[in-house]
Amino acid sequence: MSEALAKEPTAYERVQLARKSGRPGITEFIHRLFDDFIEMHGDRLYRDDPSIVGGIALFHNRPVTVIGHRKGKNTAENIRCNFGMTSPEGYRKGRRLMEQAEKFKRPVITLIDTPGAYPGIEAESNGQSNAIAESMACMSRLRVPVIAIVTGEGSSGGALAIAVADTVWMLENAVYSILSPEGFASILWKDAKRAPEACDCMKLTAQDLKGYGLIDGIIEEGELMYSDMDLMLATELERLSKKRPQVLVAERYQHFRKIDGLYQQ
Amino acid sequence: MNITDVFTEKRKNLTSLLKLRRTFEGGQRECPKCHEMAETARLTETNWICPKCHYYFPMAPKERIALLCDENSFRELYSSVHSRDPLQFPDYGKKLAENRKRTGQQDAFVAGVGRVGHIRFAVGVLDGRFMMGSMGTAAGEKIVRLTEYAAKRKLPLVIFSASGGARMQEGLFSLMQMAKTSAAIEKFKSSGGLFISYLTNPTTGGVSASYASLGDIILAEPDALICFAGPRVIEQTIGQTLPEGFQHAEFLLEHGMIDRIVERSRMRQTIYKLLKLHQM
Ligand SMILES: [Zn+2]
Repeated sequence: MSEALAKEPTAYERVQLARKSGRPGITEFIHRLFDDFIEMHGDRLYRDDPSIVGGIALFHNRPVTVIGHRKGKNTAENIRCNFGMTSPEGYRKGRRLMEQAEKFKRPVITLIDTPGAYPGIEAESNGQSNAIAESMACMSRLRVPVIAIVTGEGSSGGALAIAVADTVWMLENAVYSILSPEGFASILWKDAKRAPEACDCMKLTAQDLKGYGLIDGIIEEGELMYSDMDLMLATELERLSKKRPQVLVAERYQHFRKIDGLYQQ
Repeated sequence: MNITDVFTEKRKNLTSLLKLRRTFEGGQRECPKCHEMAETARLTETNWICPKCHYYFPMAPKERIALLCDENSFRELYSSVHSRDPLQFPDYGKKLAENRKRTGQQDAFVAGVGRVGHIRFAVGVLDGRFMMGSMGTAAGEKIVRLTEYAAKRKLPLVIFSASGGARMQEGLFSLMQMAKTSAAIEKFKSSGGLFISYLTNPTTGGVSASYASLGDIILAEPDALICFAGPRVIEQTIGQTLPEGFQHAEFLLEHGMIDRIVERSRMRQTIYKLLKLHQM
């Protein structure tokens, strides 16, 4: 391998990799990791938001609930899925399916890949804040195992809304951040063009976040990615499933409770 | 007999309020809405409401607490909790130092216990004047400690918010405070606690989209901007100007997102009434 290829990508390069159009989306992950997926639709309040996929599948012969962002694979799909920018109805659909998973004692697996929650008139009118907050609150008390995997872009509250999990992993080139680097640069320096510079100080790569203890593991991308994910999920689900529901909930609470900025690299 | 019959609003001579007010004497402030100049001494008398157009200026936490709580009943908690600048973010330390000096607080959230009409309650105020009230690790930690304190002592919890959202300089540490505070509030509520979330101008972003939207009861001040994405971001995204009043308290009330809009002059009475009703 040449030296250039062996070099670690910069934070900004990882952002570009995380957004790359050929990168696997939720449809591929579901297809490769689960069997018999049945998609469920709608929030039972207003409409179905295609930017969130949710449904039931088998994982190693065990029913699980899978929920995640969908960006779409071509322009028509991108538009239909609003490029993975979720509206309140999407978060409410997710929450409905999570509560159902709890009722039927199915573990929940979430896949995160979003540029952020949708900033639009209808989304605001229909309670974007409320939908995100209620989704996090719901996840914090689920009495079943919850695993979240950031597969691409994990931007802002729109990502965290479905990432309040017992275990949080990231793909090697995924990013997870308070805001998109462009949004960050424009808020802090009033200049979206300084996004590459923002990437460096935002500490948004899987490697940085693992170092801070903010995520629990990194999944290497490559030929073995899906089989690694399969093995990691199987092992982790088995570990979490052994815990009593109240222990699970208490430990998940502590998982987030302890994030107070004391960690230093 | 009405609940509030036993509760009088004669609090004109409160020494703590007067003392606080004296510190503002002499200056003038321009109203951002009608652009009239108002004497700060006059504004302290009107509880920071513009005498001309009724614009609500932000209130300092100590002043809000003095207006709300019974005389000398407030005791501050966790005042030493401060951010440790977890990312060692460029210039953040300097910015924190400036804001600490200007406000006399370690960070944007002031927490404590007090009484209103002799009812004990846990109270917190997010201070929009401290780095735009952004919620970082310090504010998140204090909100959670206060919530856990209220849970342990079976006290009702009232939090006033004013915030630009998450604290950019703390990156993902800051984002995680959304999950942390939401989880704490959820736990508090499911154990029987009463949480009143009081939204003031502006409550946006990561604060609006976490604990602040989880009140058993959600109150707002008139005309307060309350939103997830700010108006500028939305205008840039959709390429059109927004309708008048969009994302203001009245709009949220109409869309079913909040319970009531409460004028500042009725804040104390309203909180008292709600706490009393939950004691019966
Ligand atoms: Zn005015």
